[in-house]
Amino acid sequence: MRYPFVVGRSDFIQGDEAIARAAILAGCRFYAGYPITPASEIFEAMALYMPLVDGVSIQMEDEIASVAAIIGASWAGAKAMTATSGPGFSLMQENIGYAIMTETPIVIVNVQRGGPSTGQPTLAAQGDIMQAIWGTHGDHSLIVLSPSTVQEAFDFTIRAFNLAEKYRTPVILLTDAEIAHMRERVYIPNPEEIETVSRKLPANEEEARLPFGDPHGDGVPPMPIFGRGYRTYVTGLTHDEHGHPKTVEPEVHERLIRRIIDKLERNKADIITYETFGLEDAEVAIVATGIVSRSAMSAVKMLRERGVRAGFLKLNTIWPFDFEMVEKLAERVRKIYVPEMNMGQLYHLVREGANGKAEVELISKIGGEVHTPMEIIERVVG
Amino acid sequence: MYLKSSYEIRDKYLRKDMLPTIFCPGCGIGSVLQFTLRAIDDLGLNQDEIVWVSGIGCSSRVPGFVNFDGLHTTHGRALAFATGIKLTNPDLRIIAFMGDGDAAAIGGNHFIHAIRRNLDVTVILINNFTYGMTGGQVAPTTLKGLKGTTAPYGQFENPFDIAQLAVAAGANYVARWTVFNYLQGINSVKKALQKEGFTLVEFLSPCPIGFGRRNRMKTSPELIRWYQEITVPLAKAKNMKPEELEGKIVIGEFVDRDRPGLVREYQEYIKRAKKMMGWEG
Ligand SMILES: Cc1ncc(C[n+]2csc(CCOP(=O)(O)OP(=O)(O)O)c2C)c(N)n1
Ligand code: SF4
Repeated sequence: MRYPFVVGRSDFIQGDEAIARAAILAGCRFYAGYPITPASEIFEAMALYMPLVDGVSIQMEDEIASVAAIIGASWAGAKAMTATSGPGFSLMQENIGYAIMTETPIVIVNVQRGGPSTGQPTLAAQGDIMQAIWGTHGDHSLIVLSPSTVQEAFDFTIRAFNLAEKYRTPVILLTDAEIAHMRERVYIPNPEEIETVSRKLPANEEEARLPFGDPHGDGVPPMPIFGRGYRTYVTGLTHDEHGHPKTVEPEVHERLIRRIIDKLERNKADIITYETFGLEDAEVAIVATGIVSRSAMSAVKMLRERGVRAGFLKLNTIWPFDFEMVEKLAERVRKIYVPEMNMGQLYHLVREGANGKAEVELISKIGGEVHTPMEIIERVVG
Repeated sequence: MYLKSSYEIRDKYLRKDMLPTIFCPGCGIGSVLQFTLRAIDDLGLNQDEIVWVSGIGCSSRVPGFVNFDGLHTTHGRALAFATGIKLTNPDLRIIAFMGDGDAAAIGGNHFIHAIRRNLDVTVILINNFTYGMTGGQVAPTTLKGLKGTTAPYGQFENPFDIAQLAVAAGANYVARWTVFNYLQGINSVKKALQKEGFTLVEFLSPCPIGFGRRNRMKTSPELIRWYQEITVPLAKAKNMKPEELEGKIVIGEFVDRDRPGLVREYQEYIKRAKKMMGWEG
């Protein structure tokens, strides 16, 4: 396989570019999108690369159509992705729900910018955390990953495809304008160095007849690809194991939705990753995600130089959320600070996790600039 | 054309475990489904190479009753989903079953853009002048003065002529019939299924429950008689004055051309890309 970019060495590239290259190395062969700042460069890179690897890159009429197209592509057998920013992400919510309900593996990148509405197109924010987790209607679950560097944007994109395929679910990669446009050194691995996962296919006719069942007991049904003679019917309506609509039977709805949520909940240990620094002896902890993690990390190091026993928890996965882990942390520290570029979204999750065992304080910043380490330090030392 | 019995068609193509259908007595959707299945059967198409897609509405429930791969999607968006399926696997032939509200209101944008791209799909459009599934509200096709639950005093907006819209947007094949134009209907679907690019067969289809009841046509035969009154064959319409055509709906075959479809265009695009990058001669 020939790649339209150099592999097996480092390159100095932007976050958006890193996501596009990672997607191709992860096996993505269908991209549909609609231009929006600060996500357009992902599309532009995909437009350049996709035809060269015999993949599809197509500009749809809007974001609603973009998600729809990648869901269709996924049922036809492709690993598929779209990318957008706030307003486009809002438009996608209806079909994100459809992807959850039909257990369609897809990857959606949301490069956050200031909102609500068209807000601040060129400036970073973390205002879509709740939208990523809870944006679509109904009871549901999906996976949300949050990188803090360009290298992570690359690595997490590959992970996003693998998790989507493994658990037959949409995965949201939540980045921001800062990571999108910042250039950093990124190691672009050789394809052999990358572990890629592909969805489970039905092993036989019997499994294919249960496209929404649980033949393996792991909550993840094998996915019958269109055109292979299985004659699968896929609907966003509540359906039974065969895919037949059953909209007024409470027990069918309950069984379906609980399985969809449970297949991620029971695999939390595999899905959730985080990093810590100095938490062993910490009195105060800082919890952050995405771009703010970098300031938070610097702040913790500087605090420790000043003799403050600070520790850091960096969340790479924001959903599913590890409430138990945060509670254990809260039992050990006096106070948890949550710096984030919004009016308090991660804060809600952390506070719920802390469960009253420690005080949780929000360090909110909006307007488009990332917290400086000093801004965090000042709040911690009072 | 040799006509097989309906039982044969039913047994060969319907999912028995999904029956009965949700359709009301007198609904025209079943007839249109039969035309479509007969067209498939007559052409001898491979059942495993056809994917049915649909949005939301009574018409969109059809893919659930046929024994094919099917994607029942969100309201109005079937063609956007179809774009992904078709470009990923061009060997699949796609039939989109949609309602007039589904295609022309909430899905209007997807509809015109799928046509502009010349997406390789055959759209079977059920035009019943109303929103059947949600209980008889007016649709973008409702003729002026006709009633619906959201225009109880008679529609005050202008209707879309969906077939003409499709012609203008660039479809390769467009025809419109009523459900009692049995042979023309089947022939048009056959033609549509054999062509590259975007093809549309629109059927004026009775919805006695959602639409007829509110417009003094409680039964299917009453609606069909009314269709006979308001429809004008294309050949006849050509010699009629605009005033005479006021309130009438022209039926027939409006366009039949062979512009390259999206799949072929994209395959050419891949070749061009590789050539421009010096990957291939
Ligand atoms: C986003 C969204 N809005 C509204 C609805 C409710 N809804 C379901 S079917 C329908 C209209 C169906 O009318 P049409 O497309 O003409 O099909 P018919 O039922 O007449 O065959 C509407 C508005 C929905 N399901 N989704
Ligand atoms: S409401 Fe109308 S379109 Fe829907 S099934 Fe009944 S008759 Fe058919």
